[in-house]
Amino acid sequence: MNIVIVGHVDHGKSTVIGRLLADTGSLPEGRLEAVRESCLRNSRPFEYAFLLDALKDEQAQGITIDTARCFFKTASRDYIIIDAPGHIEFLKNMISGASRAEAALLVIDANEGIRENSKRHGHMVAMLGVRQVTVLVNKMDLVGYSEEAFEKLKAEYTAYLRQIDVEPVSFIPVSAREGDNIAESSELMPWHDGPTVLGQLDLFTTGRELHEKPFRLPVQDIYKFTSSGDDRRIVAGTIEAGTIRNGEEVLFLPSGKRSHIASIESFNTPRKESVSAGEPTGFTLSTQIYIRPGEIMVRPGDPQPEVGTRFRANIFWVGRVPMSKEKEYKLKLGTARATVRLAEIVNTLDAAELNLSRGKQQLDCRDVGECIFETTRPIAFDLASRNETTGRFVIVDNYEIAGGGIVLENLSGGETLLERHIRERERHWETGSVPTSDRERVNRHRSKFIVITGPPGTGKRALSRELENMLFRNGCSTYYLGMATMEHGIDSDLRVNEKNVEERLRRLGELARIMTDAGMIFITAIDDADDYDIATLKLLNDPHEILVVTVSRNDLQNAEPDLHLEEISDLVEAIEQIADLLTLREIIVDYQI
Amino acid sequence: MNHLDKLEAQSVYILREAYREFKNLCMLWSIGKDSTVLLWLARKAFFGHVPIPLVHIDTHYKIPEMITYRDRVALEWNLNMIYGENRAALDGRQTFPDGNTDRLVCCRHLKSEALKRTLSGEWPRYRMDHELKRYVPDDKREPFTGVIVGVRADEEGSRSKERYFSPRDSANSWDVGDQPPEFWNQFKTDFAPGTHVRIHPLLDWTELNIWEYIEREQIPIVSLYFNQGDGTRYRSLGCAPCTNPIESPSRTVREIIEELESGLLTNVAERSGRAQDKEDGGLETLRRDGYM
Repeated sequence: MNIVIVGHVDHGKSTVIGRLLADTGSLPEGRLEAVRESCLRNSRPFEYAFLLDALKDEQAQGITIDTARCFFKTASRDYIIIDAPGHIEFLKNMISGASRAEAALLVIDANEGIRENSKRHGHMVAMLGVRQVTVLVNKMDLVGYSEEAFEKLKAEYTAYLRQIDVEPVSFIPVSAREGDNIAESSELMPWHDGPTVLGQLDLFTTGRELHEKPFRLPVQDIYKFTSSGDDRRIVAGTIEAGTIRNGEEVLFLPSGKRSHIASIESFNTPRKESVSAGEPTGFTLSTQIYIRPGEIMVRPGDPQPEVGTRFRANIFWVGRVPMSKEKEYKLKLGTARATVRLAEIVNTLDAAELNLSRGKQQLDCRDVGECIFETTRPIAFDLASRNETTGRFVIVDNYEIAGGGIVLENLSGGETLLERHIRERERHWETGSVPTSDRERVNRHRSKFIVITGPPGTGKRALSRELENMLFRNGCSTYYLGMATMEHGIDSDLRVNEKNVEERLRRLGELARIMTDAGMIFITAIDDADDYDIATLKLLNDPHEILVVTVSRNDLQNAEPDLHLEEISDLVEAIEQIADLLTLREIIVDYQI
Repeated sequence: MNHLDKLEAQSVYILREAYREFKNLCMLWSIGKDSTVLLWLARKAFFGHVPIPLVHIDTHYKIPEMITYRDRVALEWNLNMIYGENRAALDGRQTFPDGNTDRLVCCRHLKSEALKRTLSGEWPRYRMDHELKRYVPDDKREPFTGVIVGVRADEEGSRSKERYFSPRDSANSWDVGDQPPEFWNQFKTDFAPGTHVRIHPLLDWTELNIWEYIEREQIPIVSLYFNQGDGTRYRSLGCAPCTNPIESPSRTVREIIEELESGLLTNVAERSGRAQDKEDGGLETLRRDGYM
C-alpha cells in the first residue's frame, strides 16, 4: 500500500518515517550508526530525518527536495512510504508523491500550529483523490504532552478540513523524535485512546469499491505482432473501474463503435473468463473495427462517460511559465491525448485562506483554480465525482507536465473552437471580383471537395489520381492533392514524432476551402478518417460542398458516406460510380469515358 | 489484487506507455535478476512478445555463465538482442584488471562510456542473428531516445528519488533537484530534441518482491544466484574481477526468499559484493555521470 506523508516544512515528516523504519527494524543495521557517527563528526545533533535525506543537496540544506520512497512490511502487508517535501518551492514534487498514494499522513507541529502548507497540502491531497487522511500532531514533547493543546489543534484543523469536505480518519498525538505513539503507545499520553501510527497504517483500507463501478478501460494501444507470427489483434489497457466478462458487448467512446469480446488475452496465466479494476489486460474482438488508443471501452448498458470538447475543471498549475489563454497545450486524460486551450478562468483559490478571487487572466505557478477548457477533438471522460480515475487529467506545456486537474462538469454543446474560428474566418474572407456563378458557367461544373477514405493499401490513391485524370479529360477544372505533398510542403514545419493530427487536418480543410472557392473539383485520399475528421473537413470547407467516398471499410458511425465501395476491383467502374453521383448531384453536367 | 499483482500492473502500464510513446526505444538487460524480471514483464505487457530491442553492455569481464545464459535466452525467447562495448579501452588495456586504472575509472570506461556511445549509435552495435545464431554488426545506428532500465528505489539513496520517466540531457546528466512532475499515472512522455528519457518500471519493487515474483512466475534465472554446493552465491552480478559472492546456503528461489525474510541479510547491503560502490563518491557519482 502506498502512503504519502505531507505537511509544512520542518514539521517533522522525515523524522516520522525515520523513526517508523528504525522502530520496526526495517533499516540495515549499519545505517543508523553511520548517520549517528556522521552527525558526531560534523558536530550537529542526530536526527532521524537524516536517514532519509539521501541526496547530497538535501543533507546540506536539511530539507527534503524530492519525494523518496521507503519500504517496510508489517505482519499484514507491504508498505511504500512516500516522503513528500514540505517546502512550497517543491510543490510539484509533493503532488507527484501524493497523487499515487492510497492514504495520507498529514503532519502538524504541535508547537508551531497550523501553517500555510498544513492547509495547502490538506486541500491538495483531497483534490488528488486521496480519501483516507490521518493527522499526526507532532512534537508533543515540546508542549508537555498536553491533551489540551492537542484537542485545540484538532478542533481548529477539523474545522478547516470540513470546509474542503474532508473527513479525517483519525488524529494521533506523537513525538517522532522521542518515539511516542509511533510504533508503541506512549505512556506520557495515557489520555490518547486511539491507535499508534503503525497501528493506523494497518487500519487503512484498500479500495475494493472500484470493482463495483461502471466498466472503464482506457485503450492504451492496439497490438498486432504479425512479424512474430502472431495474428491476434489485441486491444490493450488497464481496467480503471468495474469488471467485464468474456463474450460481453463493448462500446468505444468517443468513436461510438461496438463489438463483442472474443477473448481475454494474457501471458503465463490460466485462461481468464473475467477481468476487473486494476488489472492490465488485453482483448480480441469478434469484429474488425478500427479504434484508436485513447478511446474508453465501456459496457453499453452501464452509465456512460461524457463525450465532449468543453468542460469545467478544478486545476492546479505548477509550470514555470503561467498558463495563458493564448496558447495551445496538450491534454492527457486516461490514455487520451488532445490539444486543449484554457477558455476561461472562473476563479482562483487561496488554499490557505480558502478565499476565491475572480478576474485573473492567467494561472501562475502554484495557483489552484476553477477553469473552463476546450479540446479541439471530442474526448471521452467521466466527472471526477462519479469516476475519479477517468475524470482527471494533466496538461503538458513545452514537453513538461505543468498542471493537473479533475473534471467537474461537461459543458459541451455550445459553439466549439472550430466553429468560432470558421465564423471569424468567413467574416474576414476576401474574394476577388469573379462571382462564383461566373466560374461555374465557364467551368461548366460546380466546385466540390472529394475525400476518399478507408484503410491503408486499398487503392484509394490510384482511384483519386485516375478520377482527377478522367475529370480533366472531360473538361473539368480539377486537382488531386497527395498527402506526401502536404507533409513535405505545407506541413513540413510540423514535427514528425508529434502527431499534430489536428493541425494537419485543419490545414487540409483550409486548403480545400480555397480550392473549392477557386471553382475546382478538389480530390484527396486520406487513411482511416473517422466521424470527427470528416465533420471537421466539412466544416472547414464550408460554404462549399464535400463528397465522401469510403473504400473497403466504412468507419463512420454517425454520418453516411456519399458512396461506399466494398473494394476497387475495376478502376473504371469505380470512377463511373463517382461520376454518376456527381452528375446526379448536378456537380457536373455529363461525363464520358 | 495482492502487492505483487499491483507492482506487476504498474510495471506493465509503464512498459506499454513507453512502447506507445517512444519511436526509438530499447531496454537494458544486465542479465541480473532485476532486468530479467523486467524482460519477463515485457512479455506480460506484450502478450508473449518483446517488441523492444534489448541492449547489453559487454565489458568482456562478465562472469562467463552470464553470457552463455544471455545468448541462450535471446534465442529461446526470440529477442532482438544487441550488445555494445568499449573496444578502444579494451584494446588499449585501460582497465582495472589490466592494472592501469582504479575500479571507478574502469567502470566509467567499460560501462558508462560504452553505454553512452552504444545508445547514441556512435559506436558499433552487434545484433543477434537468429538464423546464424551469432552476433553480426547492426546497421541501425539511430540513437535510442527512450531507455528502459531495471533500477529499484530500495537499492540505494539516490535511486529512491527517481521518477518512472526520468529525462537526461544530451550529456546524459541527471538533475536531481529539478525533476519533472508525475501526477497519477501520467508520465513525462514528451521530450525536447537532444534529450532522452530513462524509464524505470521497477522503481517500487524491493529485492524480496523480485524473488517472490521470480518464484510465482517461475522465471528462469542465471544459476550464479544460487549456492552450487560451496556455500556461496552471488547476490548482485557484475564483472568477475569486482564482484564477490556472499556466504549463503540458499540453493533455490524459495530458500533465497526465506533467507531474505529471515532478516539474516538486513545487515548486508545488496550491492556489498560490488567493489566499485565503496570507492570515492560511489554509486551516486557514477549515476550522475550516466551509470545505471
